[in-house]
Amino acid sequence: MAGTSRNKRQLRSNLSRVRGLGSTREGVHHWWAQRMSAVALLPLSMWFMYSLITLTGADYQSFHIWASEFGNSVFLVLFVVTLFHHAQLGVTVVVEDYVHSEPVKMAMILIVKYGTMLFAASSVFAVLKISLAG
Amino acid sequence: MVEFMLPKNSRPKKGKVWPRPGDATNTRTFKIYRYDPDLSENPRIDTFYVDTDTCGPMILDALVKIKNEIDSTLTFRRSCREGVCGSCAFNVDGTNTIACTKPIADIRGDIKIYPLPHMPVIKDLVPDLSVPYAQYASIEPWLKSDTPAPTSERLQSTHERAELDGMWECILCFCCQTSCPSYWWNGDRYLGPAILLQAYRWIADSRDEAAGERLDNVDDPFRLYRCHTIMNCTNTCPKNLNPGKAIAEIKSLLINRR
Repeated sequence: MAGTSRNKRQLRSNLSRVRGLGSTREGVHHWWAQRMSAVALLPLSMWFMYSLITLTGADYQSFHIWASEFGNSVFLVLFVVTLFHHAQLGVTVVVEDYVHSEPVKMAMILIVKYGTMLFAASSVFAVLKISLAG
Repeated sequence: MVEFMLPKNSRPKKGKVWPRPGDATNTRTFKIYRYDPDLSENPRIDTFYVDTDTCGPMILDALVKIKNEIDSTLTFRRSCREGVCGSCAFNVDGTNTIACTKPIADIRGDIKIYPLPHMPVIKDLVPDLSVPYAQYASIEPWLKSDTPAPTSERLQSTHERAELDGMWECILCFCCQTSCPSYWWNGDRYLGPAILLQAYRWIADSRDEAAGERLDNVDDPFRLYRCHTIMNCTNTCPKNLNPGKAIAEIKSLLINRR
C-alpha cells in the first residue's frame, strides 16, 4: 500500500507519507507468539532429537511402536504444531521484509500460511492414525 | 526495497586522480565518492593525496584540507568538528561514523569515504535525510504533559534522570539508521534505530505523560518490528550508544502492558 503507489504521491509531505495509514497497534502479538513458540520448541526439539538418536538403526516396526505410545504421540503432535506455527511466523516476516509487490506478497504469505497448515494437519493426522490404530 | 545492485545510473565509476602534494614526506590516499546532480553522469570515485604532516588528525580535517587546497567543489556537511552536531556522518572505510572524531591513523591503506548508505544523494557526500527527519517528527519528540506546568522546573529524581542516560547523548547523525539492512529494505515504513531510540527517550522520561500513546504509535509490524536485532546500529554508533537496547526496551514495555 504505502510502498506501491509512491510515485503517485510525490507532492505529499514526507510526514504524511511516514505517518501513512497509522499504526496497526498489533505488532506485539506476532512477535510474542514467535518468542513463545521458540521457547516451547527448545525442549520439544531436544526430546525429538534425543528420540531419533536412540531409535537409530531401528526398523519400521520399532518406530511404529514408539510413535503409538501415548506420551510420544502427545509430544509429537505438540512438536509438529509448534514447529509449523513457528516456521509460518518466521517465514511471513521474511516475505514482508523482502517482497514489496503487494499482490506477490499477499500470494506468498497465503502459500506460506496454507502450506504450513497443510503440513501440520497431515503430520498430526499421521501421528493420530498410528496412535489410534495401535 | 531490496536492492543487491545499485541502479545503473548510480554505480560509481573511476574518477579523477588529483595530483600529489609536491614536497610531502607522509601522504595518505583518500578515495572519495563524488556526484554532481548538474552533470548527467554516474557518480565517480576521486583519488586525493593528503600531506598528513600539515593536516589535522581527523578524517574531517583531511576533508576540509582537500576542500581548501585541492578541490573546492568537494561538498559535505560539517559544523561543530567535535562530535556534538552530527553533521559530518559518512561511510568511512566501510563503517558509518562521524568524520570529526574518527582519526585518520585508525584506518589502514586507502581511506574510502562514501555518503551514508542507501539514502538518495544530493551532491558528493550529502545525503537527502528528509525521510528520517519526517520519521523523527512522527514520534512527536517533545514533552507531553496534561499536568499544569509548575512555576519552576518539572522535577526528576536522580534515578529518573538516569533513565535517560545513553539516549540524551544521541546527536541524530543517522549513522545507525543508515547502517540497518531492515531500514534499507523498508525505510518507508520502518522507523529505524535512531528514531526508535528517540521514541524510547520520551517513553522513558518520567516527566512525560504520554507513554501509552507513544507505545500505541510504534506497536506496528513495520514501524517497530522490522528490527531483527541485527545490531549494526549499536556497532556503528560513533557515540557508543545502544539503539538495539532501546528497541528491546520498547518491545519489553509492549509485553508488560498486555
